[in-house]
Amino acid sequence: MKLETLKQNLQGALADKVVRFSEHANQLAIEISPEHWLEVALILRDHPELHFEQLTDLCGVDYSTYGDGRWKGPRFCAVTHLLSVKNNCRLRVKVFASDDDFPVVDSVSEIWPGANWFEREAFDLFGIIFTGHPDLRRILSDYGFIGHPFRKDFPLIGNVEMRYDPEQRRVIYQPVSIDPRELTPRIVREENYGG
Amino acid sequence: MADIRNYTLNFGPQHPAAHGVLRMVLELDGEVVKRADPHIGLLHRATEKLAEHKTFLQAMPYMDRLDYVSMMCNEHAYVLATEKLLGIEVPIRAQYIRVMFDEITRILNHLLWLGAHGLDIGAMTIFLYTFREREDLMDVYEAASGARLHAAYYRPGGVYRDLPDSMPLYETAKMKVHNAKQVEVMNANRHGSMLDFIEDFTNRFPGCVDEYETLLTDNRIWKQRTVGIGVITPERALALGLTGPMLRGSGLAWDLRKKQPYEVYDRMDFDIPVGVNGDCYDRYLVRMEEMRQSNRIIKQCVDWLRVNPGPVITDNHKVAPPSREGMKQNMEELIHHFKLFTEGMHVPEGECYAAVEHSKGEFGVYMISDGANKPYRLKLRAPGFSHLAGLDEMSRGHMIADVVSIIGTLDIVFGDIDR
Repeated sequence: MKLETLKQNLQGALADKVVRFSEHANQLAIEISPEHWLEVALILRDHPELHFEQLTDLCGVDYSTYGDGRWKGPRFCAVTHLLSVKNNCRLRVKVFASDDDFPVVDSVSEIWPGANWFEREAFDLFGIIFTGHPDLRRILSDYGFIGHPFRKDFPLIGNVEMRYDPEQRRVIYQPVSIDPRELTPRIVREENYGG
Repeated sequence: MADIRNYTLNFGPQHPAAHGVLRMVLELDGEVVKRADPHIGLLHRATEKLAEHKTFLQAMPYMDRLDYVSMMCNEHAYVLATEKLLGIEVPIRAQYIRVMFDEITRILNHLLWLGAHGLDIGAMTIFLYTFREREDLMDVYEAASGARLHAAYYRPGGVYRDLPDSMPLYETAKMKVHNAKQVEVMNANRHGSMLDFIEDFTNRFPGCVDEYETLLTDNRIWKQRTVGIGVITPERALALGLTGPMLRGSGLAWDLRKKQPYEVYDRMDFDIPVGVNGDCYDRYLVRMEEMRQSNRIIKQCVDWLRVNPGPVITDNHKVAPPSREGMKQNMEELIHHFKLFTEGMHVPEGECYAAVEHSKGEFGVYMISDGANKPYRLKLRAPGFSHLAGLDEMSRGHMIADVVSIIGTLDIVFGDIDR
């Protein structure tokens, strides 16, 4: 399906619930406000002209250091990638959590069962709470892990390291003993740098 | 009568059928599985976060370490995403090389899957057979990229170098157990170019698949272990996010190579095999046929690559390094080389999602760039992650031994599930 047709169908089905349309690299993305997310998700799945029957991917994004502080919007975003096998098209849906200190987004695991683990992952790595999720446990990090490791303020080397202590004869956790190092600095150049 | 309650069983992470580091908590009623709760993350290395701290080029070799049995397919999704954001064209010869190596990778992956799945459910011989063919393909990997496993061969803008004109030969002096005559037999198909070697492989590989099939397809034990196990309907498969052979085994002809073609797949002639019942046996049949189809694609690529020489990487020196010779003689190219390997390339601000039909299913890379020399966020969508999430539903009501069949049919590799 062409992007234009998809955009028209979306406008017809969702009317004013879409905050923003954006198009980049021949892909369409829409932004939905968190209070409409569940409602919109149902329409996206069941509307005959949209029919997004598969949730391909769901992930969290932390925008706090985007463009070295250029970012003004909310910090956390849940990005969903949907696929319609019937219409052979994809759609990216972005839902920004309104509270930066306690990010909450509705869970869509009732609508697409495949979202279950993806939401657990976003909770584990970014601390985004998905309300209505049947089993919101950590999934990738260690049992008893503290913090949300993919947030931009979480250090790459982590906070604790694990080693075997011969005196206590068990594995212990202790503060990390290595220093952070960045071999190539991160640089955002002005436009048209170097021609 | 005494009250018999459900009990829970810990499966893995050291169990040989757990394919690496799967820990599973099974709730059992007698021998019947009531609930399966996989605990993953034992191989979590935070690849996505590491990539945020590396330049676009430095992050590329991490992709090999995701699904470490289909290395080049992972790289492919990453370079596709980068190229989409950069908006650059890839030379046609590089596209053919990529397609050929994607299919070689698919055969490599399916051979390992077949051998390991066979071992899991009691077929010993098949493992030895499949590793015989894997060895030839591993040599191809090594000849092209220099590494047997972690190739790092694809680059944004093309591939690292053109295919070599010769294949390495076995040397008599280094062979402790073979005499000169035997070594000559082993070297028989290695005297030509790499394309000759691959062509020789494609000619004998269908016969090898026939051999595997005589061992398994009508094997009574194999059928008893796989027919009717882990049945999944196409509707349910879509809802659970299953892709690749898991989806096609249920009868849905969905293949990104056909439906959303990338590179030169639209010029290739191949078929999509689909199953009927959606059980482990059908998925086995689908994968066997996929190997034959991959073989067909490789053949077509070899024929094209023989007669069409050309560049294999873009000449845009903001993305790909200039030639060694040019770099030594030309100030401009020296600067490009220096900037590319110190600061790295800058990818324009934007976001995109690129997906490839990986051997296991849809492997996607979602990349956000804010214009820096490093990705702002990289999300890897691993097919195995969704498949393993569906394990609970597929194994309910089955016997504990069937769980092993289902783990086998999922074709899970922890490199990409845990990332």
